[in-house]
Amino acid sequence: MATLTNAPALRRKARRERLRTLGFLSPWLVGFTVFFGYPLIATVYFSFMHYNQIKAPTFVGLRNWRYVLEQMPLFGPAMWNTLWLVVVMVALRVVFGLGIGLLATKVKSGVGFFRTAFYLPYLAPPVAATVAFVFLLNPGTGPVNDILGSIGIHAPNWFNDPAWAKPSLVLLSLWGIGDLMVIFMAALLDVPKEQYEAADLDGAGAFHKFRYVTWPSITPIVMFAVVTGVVQTMQYYTQALVAGKLASGVSIGPGSVIQPGYPDHSTLTVPQLVYSLGFQNFNTGAACVLSLVLFAIAMAVTTLLMRKRAGLLSADD
Amino acid sequence: MTATTALSAPPAPARPAAGRSPAPAARRRAALHWIAVHAVAIAAALFFILPFVFVFLTSVMSDDQALSGDLWPTEWNWSNYVEVFNTPGFLDWWRNSLMYAGLGTLFTVCSSIPVAYALAKFRFRGRRTAMILVISTMMLPPQVIVIPMYLVWAQQLHLSGSLWPLIIPMAFGDAYSIFLLRQFLLTIPREYLESAKVDGSGEFGTLLRIVIPMAKPGIAAVALFQFFYCWNDYFGPQIYASQNPGAWTLSYGLESFKSAHSVNWNLTMAATLLVMAPVIIVFFFAQKAFVEGVTLTGVKG
Repeated sequence: MATLTNAPALRRKARRERLRTLGFLSPWLVGFTVFFGYPLIATVYFSFMHYNQIKAPTFVGLRNWRYVLEQMPLFGPAMWNTLWLVVVMVALRVVFGLGIGLLATKVKSGVGFFRTAFYLPYLAPPVAATVAFVFLLNPGTGPVNDILGSIGIHAPNWFNDPAWAKPSLVLLSLWGIGDLMVIFMAALLDVPKEQYEAADLDGAGAFHKFRYVTWPSITPIVMFAVVTGVVQTMQYYTQALVAGKLASGVSIGPGSVIQPGYPDHSTLTVPQLVYSLGFQNFNTGAACVLSLVLFAIAMAVTTLLMRKRAGLLSADD
Repeated sequence: MTATTALSAPPAPARPAAGRSPAPAARRRAALHWIAVHAVAIAAALFFILPFVFVFLTSVMSDDQALSGDLWPTEWNWSNYVEVFNTPGFLDWWRNSLMYAGLGTLFTVCSSIPVAYALAKFRFRGRRTAMILVISTMMLPPQVIVIPMYLVWAQQLHLSGSLWPLIIPMAFGDAYSIFLLRQFLLTIPREYLESAKVDGSGEFGTLLRIVIPMAKPGIAAVALFQFFYCWNDYFGPQIYASQNPGAWTLSYGLESFKSAHSVNWNLTMAATLLVMAPVIIVFFFAQKAFVEGVTLTGVKG
């Protein structure tokens, strides 16, 4: 072929291919620059400004950073709650999701029914699920405490008790375990059958089979579930906000200014604090500082995710 | 992919075929095992199903009974649902949710397909970097960049109080959809694309005539996920639409619905079910695409 030895033609072809690639990527290139690159830089800019969204921003150096990291009273609770949720919620979700996934592969009769039942709550819109749970767990009128009371269990006040509000949110998130169940189920069904048969021949019990056959084969998926779980939980917002607002019983609509994190800031998460600073207190600088703190942590976790073990980027990329 | 059939028609786990009929002791053990597994499964199913049942039963109770903690309605007030629909604004919220989710999905799918195709099938310098950036944006909390974005939409473009600040960006690709689609397109064998090119098809023609028809299940999964993302979104409408009740969506309005009917748990539960209903109905029609999407993001590269 002539083109193989024809340098100008080859260069033209390379240029055409570059243009073609750029063309196909252009929606994302524009989107990434305008809706991600720009606001990220602007967030850094505003973090050094005093800005109340009315008067023009003025430069204040590190004052916002000092305020958020050293003085702001809600920074500690918000960080603590987010950390608590990240650790407890992710751990329990992975364990419970794996259990339900395992169960879903073990049932022999009514498979379709069980799997659909386990999956369905995952589809419930977060706001609707939260409203439902605040009602169900309502100490006065909810059916759950009624049932528990009738069998002699003294039930907690759930979303109205600072000690129980976060566990209630965990319960809500366990109810919506369907996505993890499907992922784990797929992984469990992919474990090579011959390995179980070999283990059977060696006389392995159920525990040994799980430990030496199932577990090594599903570890990448467990890793994936843990890391994405951490990232998701760092963004935890809607459920905590809606549960806190509804349980507080304040009869005001969305957009209203209330102290977030009812009761006693026990459900205040970092994203809620960003919203509260930026859109209720109009302290743009402090909100941007907190955004960047969240960004730094999320980047660290995402970097972890990029490593091959988590399996998001395959080797040939 | 094993899991595509996981929810609907599961492959029966192969049991090692026994050469002869098992001994009575082994049969008894198998039966006990069966009972134990199904007992646990029933208990688990109750945990997942009962909240729906209680919400439904409460939604048809009278105002007083809904406050009583009773489990079973003494009379079935189907009119609660009518009352919910007659609540001022409720129909607007439906319209807004449908617009946000409908246009958002259309924009996302159209803009994400070419990007995903390039990332899956083109060889170019910076491909890995582009992939890493896509995954990074997919993972980052929306709160990180919301403040400057809000200021642009509200102060420069004067579009706050509407859902456009949420819909327009979707015409420029969505990281999650790009990632998911790319994972799907990787499974299309290169030979198909090459033979199309040998037949004289350009890159765009190949995309339209070969790739999109072959990627229909993946596109369906992306469309569904995006539709539900928009339908369920609370943070976005809270940022941009909160000042204007005429632009609220169902997910956002539901909370204010509860506040307006502060004692009427029955109406709130009816409204809650109405917000859940479209998602669950669509799920029953599109189970396969859902499960495929979930497993695709989770498992295979």
